[in-house]
Amino acid sequence: MILALTSFIEELRAVGVPVSMVEAIDAAHAVAHIDLADRQALRAALAATLVKQARHLPAFEAAFDVFFGTASSPEPAPGEPTIASGAAAASGGSGGDGAEELMAAIAAALHAGDEAGLRDLVRRAVNELSGLQPGRPVGGRYYFYRVMQRLGVDRLRQQLIEAIAVEEALAHRIATEDIAAMLELLEVEVRREVVRRLVADRGPQAVAQTLRAPLLEDIDLMHATRDELARIEAAVGPLARKLATRLAQRRRHGRKGRLDVRRTIRRSLQHGGVLLDPSFKPPRKSKPELVLLCDVSGSMATFARFTLQLTFSLAAQFSNVKVFAFVDALDDVTRFFGPGRDLAAALDQLASEAKIVWQDGHSDYGHAIDDFVAGHLDKVTPRSTVLITGDARSNYRDPRVEAFADIAAEARAVYWLNPEASRYWNTGDSVMARYAPYCDAVREVRTIRQLEQFVEDLILPPSPALRAVALAQSRQ
Amino acid sequence: MSFEWTSPAEIADSFKKYGYLADGHISQVVYLADRLQKPILAEGPAGVGKTELAVTLAKAAERRLVRLQCYEGLDEAKALYEWNYHKQLLRLQADEGKPWDDLEGDIFGEDFLLTRPLLDAITSPEPVVLLIDEVDRIEIETEALLLEVLDSFQVTIPELGTITATSRPLVVLTSNNTRELSEALKRRCLFLHIGYPSVDRERAILLARVPELSETMAARIAKVVRSVRDLKLRKAPSVSESIDWARTLLALGADDVEAGVTGDTLGVLLKYQEDIDRAAKELELPVADDGS
Repeated sequence: MILALTSFIEELRAVGVPVSMVEAIDAAHAVAHIDLADRQALRAALAATLVKQARHLPAFEAAFDVFFGTASSPEPAPGEPTIASGAAAASGGSGGDGAEELMAAIAAALHAGDEAGLRDLVRRAVNELSGLQPGRPVGGRYYFYRVMQRLGVDRLRQQLIEAIAVEEALAHRIATEDIAAMLELLEVEVRREVVRRLVADRGPQAVAQTLRAPLLEDIDLMHATRDELARIEAAVGPLARKLATRLAQRRRHGRKGRLDVRRTIRRSLQHGGVLLDPSFKPPRKSKPELVLLCDVSGSMATFARFTLQLTFSLAAQFSNVKVFAFVDALDDVTRFFGPGRDLAAALDQLASEAKIVWQDGHSDYGHAIDDFVAGHLDKVTPRSTVLITGDARSNYRDPRVEAFADIAAEARAVYWLNPEASRYWNTGDSVMARYAPYCDAVREVRTIRQLEQFVEDLILPPSPALRAVALAQSRQ
Repeated sequence: MSFEWTSPAEIADSFKKYGYLADGHISQVVYLADRLQKPILAEGPAGVGKTELAVTLAKAAERRLVRLQCYEGLDEAKALYEWNYHKQLLRLQADEGKPWDDLEGDIFGEDFLLTRPLLDAITSPEPVVLLIDEVDRIEIETEALLLEVLDSFQVTIPELGTITATSRPLVVLTSNNTRELSEALKRRCLFLHIGYPSVDRERAILLARVPELSETMAARIAKVVRSVRDLKLRKAPSVSESIDWARTLLALGADDVEAGVTGDTLGVLLKYQEDIDRAAKELELPVADDGS
């Protein structure tokens, strides 16, 4: 058991879930108190001792299925799939007679809520339809999708939804969700069974490696799938709230203000006039003003979206936020955003109503910066922090560095967030290096973790004097 | 060392008596906390029964509940102990003229100590359940204050020395996850994430909490609540809100959850006007005309 536990912990660490030595020891203690045959108990014990953040739980679940999924399998697998059945499965296109019959039985088991029956059927399905061959180094996801596709799960979903008899919207929605929940159960079972088979064949370490997925905060935003983006979007909300609380606390407790004489004397009366307990005025809060310039062309739009989402969740941390969007022309789009406004709707509006395209709809940083200097430079004050998001790929047009310098001269600080990996900067049409000398910092921000770190730094910016020194140095 | 329970199933049973439905995961973690003498850190959205867990734990174990409500600015004097300053002053005045050495020993004795929840929990002659509620509200520096109590069940008072627990409390910390807790604190705890319940579990909770509810109504309510939680809302309805909603529907005499009555009572489930508007739109509910 200890051996299994240590390799399980190694896997968790490899995915990025931090597990300390003490926690590992706790896990070993916990395991001593439970019934090892009870998978649910083992799962609870390990989750409670090894995972200390809710957002790491999915990674834990995945690894757990690989390492301990087989432990309590009620009966041995009914023989490894033969090459013949694998070949037959491979040749018979999607959904042969066997598959349809099997699917009907599975649907019946799902309706009846018969878990044991469902498990048997799924076992059969994986056996007959996955085409799984011992020793072939193929990722687990492949077999999963193959089984699901050959069973015709999507078709079943369609049929079930079409068969819903009720008209009323609410009831219809509920029925649809019932179907989704039911099919998800099937999905989970198939996934487990595939993993179980693979582990039996190749051992847990190898399988875990093929199934490894990055933690949410480490997913590259530029290359995220639609599904990942949805999950990230859902995660940004709570993350921003968390960040806001932390920042508000830090500001409040950063330093004490001047002595509050009136309150100190009033308090001293309790102690017979002895000034035991001095009281201080809270310091005046200085909140930064934020001017955001977002490149919303093509792939940059995704990134701009997360920046905007995070910024507006933190609106209370800034005294004023102005948003400008550009592709090759720039427009003030602040009016679309604001407390209570729906971000998705705002982005739609932005795309249809804002004047952000001038000529051909390819990014032109130079022209956008000219637009800003011509029309909006007065919105940058010595209290404003200017934040630019984009890859600085200006399609070989004049970057207008002089105009950019004008903005930098007015602002309190200028930051550039580049969602591209820093090794690609200044290759091709990227002119990052031209702008960099006028920025207080240029950051590579490809993941939510980096974005979070940046926003935290942003809200406690360097003092103006330090900034002048740093800028002077960087320009030499 | 004696333990409260012999198996997780026993925990689930005794919790049920007090109207708390612990699923396998929760009862297993509580069981381990009892065995390993470790605090439970319960985390999850507001209103899923984190505090309720501690309250029920106290009832089921027949222990007194000591509660420390955390808030920003909570300090040693409010959490651990405080010297009873006024009493000390009075003592000094009453004993005027005595030599200093006598006085010093006197006024820093246990008589002059005001116990606050943490000290109370470990000095209690009977074992207690200690609930440290919303621990994410205190500053990260203040967390350090809890560490000594949580891992060795002792409190060090400079003038008195170290006070060790006479009885081991069962400790539950709750967090709404508004900020990351420190590693040091997390390491000392068993982590328990309580999320929104599944439809089946929510139905069971509704039936346990609102016994007058019929089976079918409970199932319907649970399903509508699931739909509402699936929407992108500022604040998704919590379990306590769905219980409130069930009571509301009962009071209105509704015998089915259809669109009309759902629309009229959305305000019980959702607490932001924008959320109500959105839910009404997405679920195609008629909304009560409130003149706005």
